[in-house]
Amino acid sequence: MYWSGGTEIITLGRVNLVYTEAVIDLKHIPECRALAVNDQSLIVGSALTLSELYDSRVFPLLGETGSGVADRTSRNKITLGGNICSQFIYKEAVLPLLLTDSDLVIAGPSGARRIPIGQIFNGTLRLGSGEFLVQSVTDSQYLTMPHFSIKKRKVAAIDYPVVTTAAIRTNSGIRLAFSGLCAFPFRSAALERLLNESKLPVAERVGLAASQLPAPILSDMKASAAYREIVWKNVLIDILTTLGE
Amino acid sequence: MRIELLLNGEKHLVEVQPPELLLDVLRETFGLTGAKPGCRNGDCGTCTVTVNGWPMKSCLMLAAEASGQAVVTVEGLGDADIQQAFVDKFAFQCGYCTPGFIMNIHALSSKHPQADEATIRDWLQSNICRCTGYEEIRQAVVSVLEGKVKGM
Repeated sequence: MYWSGGTEIITLGRVNLVYTEAVIDLKHIPECRALAVNDQSLIVGSALTLSELYDSRVFPLLGETGSGVADRTSRNKITLGGNICSQFIYKEAVLPLLLTDSDLVIAGPSGARRIPIGQIFNGTLRLGSGEFLVQSVTDSQYLTMPHFSIKKRKVAAIDYPVVTTAAIRTNSGIRLAFSGLCAFPFRSAALERLLNESKLPVAERVGLAASQLPAPILSDMKASAAYREIVWKNVLIDILTTLGE
Repeated sequence: MRIELLLNGEKHLVEVQPPELLLDVLRETFGLTGAKPGCRNGDCGTCTVTVNGWPMKSCLMLAAEASGQAVVTVEGLGDADIQQAFVDKFAFQCGYCTPGFIMNIHALSSKHPQADEATIRDWLQSNICRCTGYEEIRQAVVSVLEGKVKGM
């Protein structure tokens, strides 16, 4: 089992939901700790912590979205790769990478490969046997685009989301990605087409939005599906108002 | 496995089991019981120490990961301003959470001496006080950041 921040292995291991005979710590692989701009791309190592990403300010949307995970001290340990490869369903740090069509560098027994995130992340990161996430590679043009990131929780400041939303405004329209709304994080082309349909009033676009979801809205102890939908639609109105109108 | 810890400014070679938590090694091997076991799940922050100057929940870190790192527990702080500030502001009641808060705030005042209210709140949310003495704790933080702690 690969180890990055290790927080999930420790906490799930404590209650016997994870078992491993050995771990391989990725933090000492220099490429996994990279943070650099090369050829108009931002390279972010998978073993960088969410706090390091927030403090660096190099990719504000990634830093801000990641800052909603757990609490500050825990984020000093939780890494980008660990969050994206988490067993939990939220994986909120993946949202900015989906929005920016980032590439991922994956390494494994047969070497390293670079692959667009849309081809390897479908609800979860589809890693092959023995593979691990090394880096994300993001076109620098996205780093300064207007963005929006908000995590709605049930009550407490530290909690899993009712819904987390990240969005950016590009030249071709607003892109949106969600966590906590369905049972996996996602970005939906059909939903983006609808929400960018400027001939329709915002309220009408948002009213139709649920019809374009890739899966049923989650209903659990954090929020019923009906409540989640209301919260989500209010967030959509905020985003379309802030970024689009 | 043998690891080298720079613990409270002193270098130690120590045998640990690979899955041992830093929290347990601090308490059981070194007798440094200032780092408290609370939730053991990364939620409460009462086991917070600093690693290379950054606050870290020692229940979320293997001792093996701390090899070669500079670890400071509340016992190693000496006369830090934040300790006096806790006295001045009555920032504790039962005291169980106090070492964790102190280590977190000590790191905050070191890393962000000009921390704004949002940063203070963000960092303090990492620790739980079951006596709910949060306002007094916040006042202690502010007094340290503003350099208003009385001499010890």
